[in-house]
Amino acid sequence: MSDHAGFFTSRLDEAIGWARKFSIFQYPFVTACCGMEYMATACSHYDVDRFGAGLPRFSPRQADVLFVVGTISHKIAPVLVRIYEQMAEPKWVVSFGVCTCTGGFYDNYATVMGIDTIIPVDVYIPGCPPRPEYVLDGLIKLQAKIQIQHSTGQRPRPEVRPEFER
Amino acid sequence: MNAASLIQAVKDRFPAGVKASHSYRGDATVILGREFLLEAARMLKEDTLFQMNFLMDLTAVDFSTFGTKRSPAFFANSGIAVSPSPEIPDADPWSGPPGGHPSAGAAPGTPGGHPSAGAAPGTPGPARFVVVYHFFSLPLKHRLRLEIPVGEVEEAEPEVDSLSSLWASADWLEREVWDMFGIRFRGHRHLKRILMYEGFVGHPLRKDYPVNKRQPLIGPVN
Repeated sequence: MSDHAGFFTSRLDEAIGWARKFSIFQYPFVTACCGMEYMATACSHYDVDRFGAGLPRFSPRQADVLFVVGTISHKIAPVLVRIYEQMAEPKWVVSFGVCTCTGGFYDNYATVMGIDTIIPVDVYIPGCPPRPEYVLDGLIKLQAKIQIQHSTGQRPRPEVRPEFER
Repeated sequence: MNAASLIQAVKDRFPAGVKASHSYRGDATVILGREFLLEAARMLKEDTLFQMNFLMDLTAVDFSTFGTKRSPAFFANSGIAVSPSPEIPDADPWSGPPGGHPSAGAAPGTPGGHPSAGAAPGTPGPARFVVVYHFFSLPLKHRLRLEIPVGEVEEAEPEVDSLSSLWASADWLEREVWDMFGIRFRGHRHLKRILMYEGFVGHPLRKDYPVNKRQPLIGPVN
């Protein structure tokens, strides 16, 4: 009996993951020049809607994926954290552009050195700005991550790499 | 009016106030004493000869480390592109920072290392900051740069008169200069930070602001 139940929930996870990954409602948190590349990716030439992510929601409460696009300064960092906290689970964060990933070429009094110092990040898309192909690749990687995720929102364990074990 | 006659007209009206002037590549620049700023600005705006109804920019320069780094001339033979190109004749070269600087002109070949660099005659001494005003006249289509040396003596927060009563655009520009350089503007209605957040300590574009200093509102110091 328990075997059957286990079999059923695992298939349910798969179905939920499949449904989630093709209905990404994104919240674009656009602060800088990467926004132009984001728009290029979102528009018909590259068409992010082919991957089920075509409808940006401009309320974090209705969004699944937070796209952080552009340089994050120390002044706006508390706003970004509040936006993230307003999103309902399950939620994912995409760091779009090298400034959000690491601070980029900014190393000064004003810039946050990577948004992963303040919120958790699922996918990093480097580039200054990233080409739309990079963005789509990042989106596909995010979809793969969503697919294997447990329906309760629990992230899969990181892959064990024996060669890096001490 | 052309650059030379603009400078001459300012000199005629403020013979005591004008410390120096130059017109580098046709840009008229007048270096004026701090106490004459408000009077001169009002004259520039209201005098029919000038009609400077547009304050295009207002910023400041911190000269406290000027001359301690290598100049573009140092790179001239290195293959790195420097500007302006040495081939372009320079009839009226820039004479260095207003008020001069101890290191400028003292040793030839150092930055600002033009032979004529150094304190302009009659200046009270090296000024740490220069507040720069760019005026433009929409009806007469001429422009003038005004430079006000401040901080000749050690003062934590040097002060100049605010122009926000004459040009509304000065309001935010002066707030920016206060935020970045810590120069106060006498008569400004609400001189508070505009780019950095409340609680930020110091003025980041001052040369003595530590280049590694971080003051995050949230998250680690990194």
